[in-house]
Parts: sequence; C-alpha cells; structure tokens
Amino acid sequence: MTVDRAIGPSPAARSGVPAQRVALVDLLDRLLAGGVVISGDLVLSIADVDLVRISLRVLIGSVGGDDVIAPRDPERGRAAP
Amino acid sequence: MTESGTYLYAIARDTGAALPPGLTGLLGAPVRTVAEAGLAAHVGTVPLEQFGEEGLKRNLEDLAWLEATARAHHQVVEAAAAAGPVAPVRLVTVYRDDEQVRRLLRERAEEFTEVLARVTGRREWGVKVYATAQHTPSGDVRTPERPEQATGRPGTAYLKRRRTDLRTREEAWRQAASRAERIDAVLAGIAVARRHHRAQDPQLSGREDWMVLNGAYLVDDDRGEEFAATVAALREPELEVQLTGPWAPYSFTISEPGAGGTA
Repeated sequence: MTVDRAIGPSPAARSGVPAQRVALVDLLDRLLAGGVVISGDLVLSIADVDLVRISLRVLIGSVGGDDVIAPRDPERGRAAP
Repeated sequence: MTESGTYLYAIARDTGAALPPGLTGLLGAPVRTVAEAGLAAHVGTVPLEQFGEEGLKRNLEDLAWLEATARAHHQVVEAAAAAGPVAPVRLVTVYRDDEQVRRLLRERAEEFTEVLARVTGRREWGVKVYATAQHTPSGDVRTPERPEQATGRPGTAYLKRRRTDLRTREEAWRQAASRAERIDAVLAGIAVARRHHRAQDPQLSGREDWMVLNGAYLVDDDRGEEFAATVAALREPELEVQLTGPWAPYSFTISEPGAGGTA
C-alpha cells in the first residue's frame, strides 16, 4: 500500500497537503460533491448548469455523492487496447 | 454590477481574526471577508464574463480552467482553515454582490453555525482503496487467442471463456468490496462521521484498478495521528490503500444528506 503523504509527528496540527500536491481528482470529489450547497437568488451555482451539455459530465456526475460504489462494467474495467 | 460578481469560498465564524494579508484567490483577486450574523464569508470578486451563466457553461467544459479554479478555491479554503473552523462552499458559487452574501448569512445563520460547530476541532481524511489483482482474467478478452485450436466452434469457446471471466471478475469484485467494507468500518470507528464519494473515473484518476472505496472521514484533531497510523497499518492482500489529507471538512458541510434545497 502507499500513503500519499508522509505521516509526520502531528498530521492533524498541519494546515493540510500543499495545494499543488493534491490530486485534482481528489479535489474535485470534494469540491463538486461536498461543500455548502446554496441555491436561490445567486447568479449561478454548479447545480444549475445544464449537466448534459458538459463534456466532463462523468466527472460532474459525482455531484450528489453518498453513492453506493458498484462495480463498473467489466468491459470498461480493462485497459484500453 | 453587471460586470462582476461575488464568489463565495467558505464560511467561518466572525471572530475578527484576519486572513493572511495579501491572500488572493481566483484570477489573483484579493480575498475579502463579508461579515453578518456572527458569521464571516470569505469572498472574492470575479468577472461574470467567466463566471456568469454563459461563461460557466463554456468554462466547465475546459479541464484546464476547471483545474485552475478548483486549485485557487482550495488554496483559499486551506488558508481560511488554518485560521479556524470553516465550512467550505461548493465550487463555483457566485452572487451578484456582497449584499446578497450578507442576506445568505442572515437567512441560514443557524444552519451554518451548526455546521461550524460540528467541524470545529476536526479535519477530513480521505481513504481510497483499489483492488489490484482482478485484471488478469484466465483468457484475455481483448486477444481471442488461437481460436483455431478450439475444434469447430471458436465462437462458442470464446463466449464460454468470456462468461467464466465475467463470473470470476464479479467474484473478485465481491471479495474486494467486502474487504473494503471492513476497512471502512474500522476507520468509521475512529471518525465522528463518514461519507462515501463515488468511485473515481479512471479517465481522471489515471488508474484502471477497481476503486472499491472512496471514503471521507471526519476525525477529531487529537485522533488524526491515530487515524493515519491505522490506515498505514492496514494490510490486505490485493488491495491498495491510499490516504489523503488532512483536508478542510469539504465532505461534511451538508446538514442533512440531500437537504441541498433549503432556500
């Protein structure tokens, strides 16, 4: 197994992983499926975007969170030729 | 005010504590604080050309733009989290002006105060678990090997082998998932709250291995070391465990699961 960051003497006391070292995919999990959700009279929130149009919809599909993780289609589970 | 909007990064208690001087966010714009109802919203000014409805529709399809935006947002949240408890706001939340942010703080003061109380003295850790050994089926379906050896009915033999492979994969998945569940239960025992994110898409993560757990755990600061050490000590055959964090409590800012529609 690997650990993304070295475990120091007092991890909880630190301010976190340096922003540039955070994997984008981990960040997007949190920024698109987490965070305070606000709807109403604002200009726009990500929830209002027409998700179908977004080519990154697989990624944006993480919005909502708390999903049961299911096996992906085995066909997709294999490496691309 | 048709040209710019107020971008909301995070909400904290209004303690009067200042953010690091010179802190900048999206597009290098300074981060300001809008205070109301005992709360402080960390905000910045953004051009609606990029962050208005039309601009966003276009920009959200641009992975480079999305990454720059996500990292800038994260940097502000991290800086704010270093100063005290914060409730990060979801990416790309834009108001017409500061006055609307004040109204938001007034209207949802109780809820935000509750969220801040829940995350105070706690941080989020991420744990991802991959199953590493399920991609070597008996016969690789990509390369139907030597069909001429199967007497007469190469197609049937191929289909048979494929069905066996699928069953083997399903079984491998079940085993890996059940081991991941045990890991999740152990970690949830240390955490005060847990949330599961959806499995990451291989196109973004760059990993084809099955992701059998993508968990977020809210952990008391004084148990952070214990949590990280527990993850580091996990040894499961054919599973790879990755720890990330500590993070600001991104995954624990929703009062009730699915209660996003509060006006």
